[in-house]
Amino acid sequence: MHKFLFQITVFIYFVSTVGFLVHIITLRKDAERIATGFLFAGFGFHTAAFLMRWFAGGHPPLVNLHDSLSFTAWAMVGSFIMFQWCCKLKSLGAFVVPFAMIIMTASSFQSTEILPLPPVLKSIWLPIHAIICLFADAIFALAFCIAIMFLLQERQIKKKRLGAVFKRLPSLETLDAMNKRCLTVGFPLLTLGIVTGSIWAEKAWGSYWSWDPKETWSLITWFVYAALFHQRLTVGWRGRKAAIMTIVGFAVLIFTFLGVSLLFSGAHSYATWLK
Amino acid sequence: MPLGLNRPQIVLLGVNHNTAPLEVRERLSLCESDTPALKLFAGLSSCTEVVFLSTCNRVEVLVSTNCMDEVKESIKELWMDRGKMDFKILQDSLYEYEGMFAVRHLFRVASSLDSMVVGEPQILGQLKDAYRVASEANTAGMVLNRLLHKAFSVAKKIRTETRIASHAVSISYAAVELAKKIFGDLSGKNGMLIGAGEMAELAAQHLMASGAGKLVVANRTLSRAVKLAGSLGGSAISLEEVEDALIDADIVISSTGAPGIVLSKDRVKRIMRPRRHRLLFFIDIAVPRDIDPRVNDIDNVYLYDIDDLKGVIEFNKAEREKEAFKADRMVEAEVIKFMAWLESLNAVPVIQHLQKKAEAVRQREISRSQKVLESLNDEQQKALDILTRSIVQKILHDPIVCIKKGAQEKNNKMILDATCRLFGIDGLEETPKLQDKDLPDDSQDKTIS
Repeated sequence: MHKFLFQITVFIYFVSTVGFLVHIITLRKDAERIATGFLFAGFGFHTAAFLMRWFAGGHPPLVNLHDSLSFTAWAMVGSFIMFQWCCKLKSLGAFVVPFAMIIMTASSFQSTEILPLPPVLKSIWLPIHAIICLFADAIFALAFCIAIMFLLQERQIKKKRLGAVFKRLPSLETLDAMNKRCLTVGFPLLTLGIVTGSIWAEKAWGSYWSWDPKETWSLITWFVYAALFHQRLTVGWRGRKAAIMTIVGFAVLIFTFLGVSLLFSGAHSYATWLK
Repeated sequence: MPLGLNRPQIVLLGVNHNTAPLEVRERLSLCESDTPALKLFAGLSSCTEVVFLSTCNRVEVLVSTNCMDEVKESIKELWMDRGKMDFKILQDSLYEYEGMFAVRHLFRVASSLDSMVVGEPQILGQLKDAYRVASEANTAGMVLNRLLHKAFSVAKKIRTETRIASHAVSISYAAVELAKKIFGDLSGKNGMLIGAGEMAELAAQHLMASGAGKLVVANRTLSRAVKLAGSLGGSAISLEEVEDALIDADIVISSTGAPGIVLSKDRVKRIMRPRRHRLLFFIDIAVPRDIDPRVNDIDNVYLYDIDDLKGVIEFNKAEREKEAFKADRMVEAEVIKFMAWLESLNAVPVIQHLQKKAEAVRQREISRSQKVLESLNDEQQKALDILTRSIVQKILHDPIVCIKKGAQEKNNKMILDATCRLFGIDGLEETPKLQDKDLPDDSQDKTIS
C-alpha cells in the first residue's frame, strides 16, 4: 500500500513540476495555480505514504537511503509550502519542486524493502535525530535553490544583460533575505541534529563522538555553515558571497549525506544495510 | 452633380523626428509668431476644421476641408511665410496624408506607434491638449471631434490590450525599474543625488514617487542643492560629505558636470564595510562619467551608466516593437470603421434634399386642395396633416435606410446618383451646412474622451 502511495506521490509531483516549469516559461498564472494544487495533493499523498510505511514496518521509516531521500523531499515540499504561505517568492516553485522531484526519483530507484531494524537503532532517538537532520538538509536544499536564483539574477544585473530570466526572478534583496531566513532556521536545526546524534551515540555505543566519517563530515558541514552564519551576523556578509557560500555548504552537505554513506563504511553507513 | 465630393475630406500635413531636424520642427511650430498658430490655420478660407499639434518631436496640422488641394497649398504658403521656410526644405521634410491615410497616421500617433520611443505615454496627453485648445477655440467641428475621440479610444484600447507600454523606455523609468529588481520594495530605501542636473531631478522624482524613503542632495554649490532638496523633500549636503552620506544611501544618482571621476573605486570600497555590505546601486547619468566604471566590480555594488541604461531601453524597445505589430492591426480595423462613417456623410445632403423635396410636395398638394379642406374643423385638419406627413415618412423610410446603408460602403456614389435620378433631386450646390443631428448614427461605437 505504501509503495503504491509513494508511486502516486511521484507522479503528482511530476505533474506539479511540469506546471511550475510551464509557469516560469510562459508566465501563465493558471499554470502556477494548478501546479500549486497538485503540489498540495502530492504532499498529502506523501504524508500518507510515510505514515503507512511507519505502520507497516513498525518503526519510523528513516533507516535506509530510500527513506531518508523520500523524507528529505517531503520536508522540502513542506517547508516550501510554508514559505510560500508566509512570504511568497516569485518563481521559487520552478526551482524547488523539480529538485524535490529529482530526489523523489532517486529515492524510487532505491530498495523499498522494509528490513528488520538492527537492535542498535531501536531507540526513541532514531526519529528525533533523523527528523531534525533531514529537516535541516531540506531547509539547506531550499537555501541552495534560492542561492542559485540569486546568482542567476545577480549575474544578469551585474553584466547588464537583462533578458528573460531577469523578468522572471525576484529582486536581489528579497532573495538574499530569504537566504538568510533559511540559514537562521537551518543552522540551529543542523546543530541540534549533531547534538542529538551525539547523545544517541553515547546511549548506543557509549561514546559521544567516535570520529566515524559521517560524524567528521557533519562537523565539516557544520563549520561551513557556521562560518557563513557568523559572517552574516558580524560583518554583514550578504549577496553574492553569501550565495556562493550557501552553495559550497550544500555541496559539502550532499557529500555528507550521500558520499559518506556510499563510499566509507562506518556506524552510519547505509551500505551495510544495502545489498 | 458634385455629389461624391460633398463630404468633408481629412488632410494631415506635418513633420516628425524622422523627416525633419529640430530646427525645421521649431520653425514649423510657429512659436515665434504673435498670433497662435491654430488661429492662423483656422483663418484659411478653405479650412473647415483644424487641430494643430506641436510637440518636441512633431508638428502636425489636421484639417477637415471641402477643397483638399487648396487647403494644402495655403497651409504650405502659411508655413513658408510665417515660419520663414524655404519651399524646398519644407517640401522635403513634409509628409502629406489624405483620407484614410491621414486617419491611420493620426491613430498611430495617438497610440504612440509613430513615436521616437514606441509606446511612450506622453504623446496621447499632448494630443489631448492640442484637441482641447482646438475645441476651446472652436476650430474643431463634428468631423474632427469624432476623429479625435476615436483616436483617443483607439490609443486607450491599444494601451490596455497590448503590452506596448509595459516596458520601461525612458532613462529615469528604466533606472527605477532596475532599482526595484535590486531592492524589491523601495520603501525605506534612501536616495542620493550627486549633482543637481535636470535629468537627475527627473529620476529622483520617479524614485520618490515609487516610495523611496529619505533623499539627500549633494552639490558643488550648496544653494542649488538646498533648493532642489527643498522641492523634492530631502536634505542638502556639500560634495565633501558625500562619502559619509554614502553609508546610508542605497540608490545614488550622479549627474555632476565635473570633467573627471568624482567617485573612485577605492572610496566606494571603503564605505562597503561600514555599510555592512548592504546593496548599493549607482546610476551615473553624467557625461563624462562621474563614477569609476570599475566600481561595478565591487561585490554588492551595481553601477549603471547612461549607456547601460540605454542598453536596457534598447532591449525593452525590441520587446515593444513586437507588440507594435499587434497594435497596427488594431489601428487598421478602427481606420476602416472610421472611413465607413466618413463615407456615410456623403449621404447626408442627399437624404436632406430628399426629405425637403417630399415635404415641399406635401405642402404644395395640401395648399392646392385648400378650398376643400377649409371646411374641415381644426381637429380634422390636424389629423389630415399628421396623415399626410406619415404617408410621406413611410414611403421614404425604406429608401433612406437603403441610402444610409449603401453610404457606408466605399463606392457609395452609385446609390446616391441613383437616388438623385429617381427622385429628381439636383441643385445640391447650396448644400445645407452639416449639423450634428443630421449625422448617421452608430451609437454602438460611442466614443469616450
